[in-house]
Amino acid sequence: MNILTYLIPISLILGGVGLVAFVYTVRSNQYDDPEGDARRILSNDWDDRPKP
Amino acid sequence: MTATMRPSPSACPACAAAPAAEALAASALPRAQIALSLPTIHCSACISKIERALNADNRVNSARVNLTLKRASIDAAPDVTAEEMRALVEGLGYEAHELDQGTLNATANDRAGRDLLMRLAVAGFASMNVMLLSVSVWSGAEDATRDMFHWISAAITLPAIAFSGVPFFRNAWTALRNGRLNMDVPIVLAIVLAIFTSLWETMLSGHHAYFDAAMALTFFLLAGRYLDHRTRAIARSAAQELTALEVPRATRLLDGAEEVVNVAQLAVGDHILVRPGGRMPVDGEIVQGTSEIDRSLLTGETLPVFAGVGQAVSAGEVNLTGPLTIRATAVGAETSLHRMADLVAIAESGRSRYTSLADSAAKLYAPGVHILAGLSFMGWYLYTWDVRTALNIAAAVLIITCPCALGLAVPAVTTAASGRLFRRGMLIKHETALERLAQVDTVVFDKTGTLTTGAPQATNLETLPRPVVELALALAQGSSHPLAQSITRTARAAGIVAADLTDLTEVPGYGTKARYQNQEVRLGRASWTGAQGLSETATFLRIGEEPPVAITFADALRPGAAEAVQGLMDQGKRVILMSGDTTPAVEALATRLGIPQWMAEALPADKAARVAALTAEGAHVLMVGDGLNDTAALAGAHVSISPATALDAARVASDIVLLGNDLSPIAAACVTAQSATRRIRENFQIATIYNIIAVPLAVAGLCSPLIAALAMSLSSITVSLNALRLR
Repeated sequence: MNILTYLIPISLILGGVGLVAFVYTVRSNQYDDPEGDARRILSNDWDDRPKP
Repeated sequence: MTATMRPSPSACPACAAAPAAEALAASALPRAQIALSLPTIHCSACISKIERALNADNRVNSARVNLTLKRASIDAAPDVTAEEMRALVEGLGYEAHELDQGTLNATANDRAGRDLLMRLAVAGFASMNVMLLSVSVWSGAEDATRDMFHWISAAITLPAIAFSGVPFFRNAWTALRNGRLNMDVPIVLAIVLAIFTSLWETMLSGHHAYFDAAMALTFFLLAGRYLDHRTRAIARSAAQELTALEVPRATRLLDGAEEVVNVAQLAVGDHILVRPGGRMPVDGEIVQGTSEIDRSLLTGETLPVFAGVGQAVSAGEVNLTGPLTIRATAVGAETSLHRMADLVAIAESGRSRYTSLADSAAKLYAPGVHILAGLSFMGWYLYTWDVRTALNIAAAVLIITCPCALGLAVPAVTTAASGRLFRRGMLIKHETALERLAQVDTVVFDKTGTLTTGAPQATNLETLPRPVVELALALAQGSSHPLAQSITRTARAAGIVAADLTDLTEVPGYGTKARYQNQEVRLGRASWTGAQGLSETATFLRIGEEPPVAITFADALRPGAAEAVQGLMDQGKRVILMSGDTTPAVEALATRLGIPQWMAEALPADKAARVAALTAEGAHVLMVGDGLNDTAALAGAHVSISPATALDAARVASDIVLLGNDLSPIAAACVTAQSATRRIRENFQIATIYNIIAVPLAVAGLCSPLIAALAMSLSSITVSLNALRLR
C-alpha cells in the first residue's frame, strides 16, 4: 500500500494541472468566439508569423 | 509601442524622440471604438477578407471579427466614423450595420457567467477526485487506509465547497433573512450537515462519509445554474444587439450650422433638423417647414398626418416628405415615449404574481424535506439515544432528497427549448415566458406593423385608365412619401412608362404638382386636390379642372400572418384583433384573415383595459404588438410577443421578440412551449420517483454513501436526457 504515497499526490497534481489549464483558458477569453476560432485555424493568413 | 520608447543608441536624438512622442500622442488620444453587426458572414474566408480590408486602412489600429456573435470590433483613430467603416465592409459585399457602443459595453464582459464557470470547474475537479477516493472505500478499503482516504477527501472537499458553494450560501442567506424558504435553503442545509457529520465520522474513524455526495451535489446544481445563466445571457445579448442597432443621433442646428450629436446631449429649446424618413428624436414643436408625419407606431393609424409650423410632434413619429425643423419641448425621460413607461409599470405589477413551476415545486418540497429529516432524527434519537447515529441518518435523508434533479429539471428543458425557438427566429427574453406561453388560450393581435407591414400597397391601379396611371407614376416617382413609393413600385412592376411632365415640384405636406400639356396636374391630399376624403387610405390625382381620381391603398400583410392566425385558431385559441386604426380598415383586415372579434380606434389605455378585462374573465392572454400604443397591453398581458421592427419600448415590455420578418413561428412556439412544460413536469415526476425509492432506505438507516451517489447521479442524468427529447 506504500505506492499510495506516490499515486494520490500524482493524481491530485494531474487533476490540478487540468483545472489550472481550464482557468487559464477562461481568463484569456478563449471561449469568446468558439465558431470563429474553429475556422480561423484553417485559414493560411498567419501561418508564417503570429498576428501582431 | 513600448519598443519605440526605449532609449536608442542612435546619434540623432530627434530620430529616437519622434517615434516616442508619436507613441505618447497615440496613447493619450481617445481611440474610436467601433462595432459593426455583420449578419451575413459565415466562413473563414469572410473573416480574413473583412479583417484584411479593415486592417489595410492605415487609420485602423486593429480590427477583429467575431463569427459567433457575427460582429466586428474596430479600434481606430478618433476621426474615423462608423459610417466609413460600414461603407468599407459593404463595399466587400457584406451586409453591415452600425452598433451603438454604449449599449453594447454591458454585454462585453459577462462577469457573472465567468464566475459561475470557475466555480463549476473547481467543483468538477474536486468531485472527480473525491469520487475516485470514495470508489476505493466502497470497494473495500479498511482501517487506516479508509481513514486516510476520508481525511484526504475532507481536505479537498472543504476548500472546494467553500469556494464553489458561494452562490447557494448567498441565496439561502437572502431568503432566510427575508423569512422565506427557497430551493437553496435545503441545499445548503444538506451540504453543511453532510460535511459536518462526515467530519465527525472521520474523526471517530467511522465507516460512512458523505464528502463525495456533498461535492457531486454542488457540481450538478452548479451545472444547472450555469445552463440557466447561459440561456439568459444569450437572450440578453441578442436583445441588447437589437437595441444597439438603433444608434440614437440627431442633427442639431446651432447658429445655422448643422451638427450631428447624440440624442442624450439634446436640451430643451434646441433646434433639431429632421430629414424626410427620419424619426423625431424628442418631443417638440415645428418651427419651420411643412411635411406629413407617420404616427403609426404611436397610435396605430396608417394615414399620414399633415404637419405644419406650430404643430406639436412627439418622439417616435416619422417625418415623411419635407425637412422639418423642430424646437425641443421635452427631452430624454420627459418625452411622451418615456412617459408611457408609467403605464407599463402599472400593468407589469399584475404579471409579477406568476409563480414559476420551479418555485411552486420548491414551496411544496422545502418544508417537506426539513420535516422528514427532523422526524427521522427525532425517531432514531428516541430509539437509540445516540446523537451520532441519528445525525448520520438525518444527513443521509437530506442528501437523498436533495433537489439535485429538481435543480436541473427546469434549466435543462428551458435551455433546449429556447435554443430550438432561437433557431426558428424567436428570442425568449424572460425566464418564465415559456411556461406562461404554454398556458395561453386567447391571442390579441395589434394591426399596424404587426399583422401588416405598415407599408401601403396600391389596390386599384389596374382599374384606372392607362394614361392616368402614367401620369400618377410620373408625379410619384420623385417622392419619398410611402404612398408615392408604393405607386411607383406597382406601376413599374406592371411595365408602365412615366408620362412627360414639366415643372415638377413637390409641395411638402400636400403632394406633387407639375404641368402636363398646358394643364396643371396634382397628386396628393384630398383637400389639396379638391376631392372628398375617403374612409380608406387614398391619394388623389387631378388633371386640369377634371374631377379628381382616387388611388386607394391597403396595408400589405406581413409574411406568415395568415398562417399564424390560422394555426392559432386550429389550436382552439380565441383570436382578437385590436387596433388604433379606423373601423373600416380594421374590419377589412379582420374579414380577410377570418378573425371573428375585432376592436377599432382603441387608445393605448383601452387596449390595456381590454387585456385586463380578459384576464379578469380567467383568460390567459398572449399579446402580439409592436407600437408604443401597445406597450401597456404588452406588459399587462400574461405573455407578450413583439417583432424586431417594433419600437424599443415595445420590445422591452414584451417577453419574446420575433427576430425575423415572418409571423408564422408563433403558432409553432405555443406547441413547443406546451411540450417544454410537459417535460418539466415529467422531470419533477422522475425526481420524485427516485426519492420515493431511496427515502425509505435512508429513513430506515439502510442508506450507504454508495446508494446516495447512485441515486443522485442517475436521477440527474435521466432528467437531462429527458430534457433532450424535446422537439
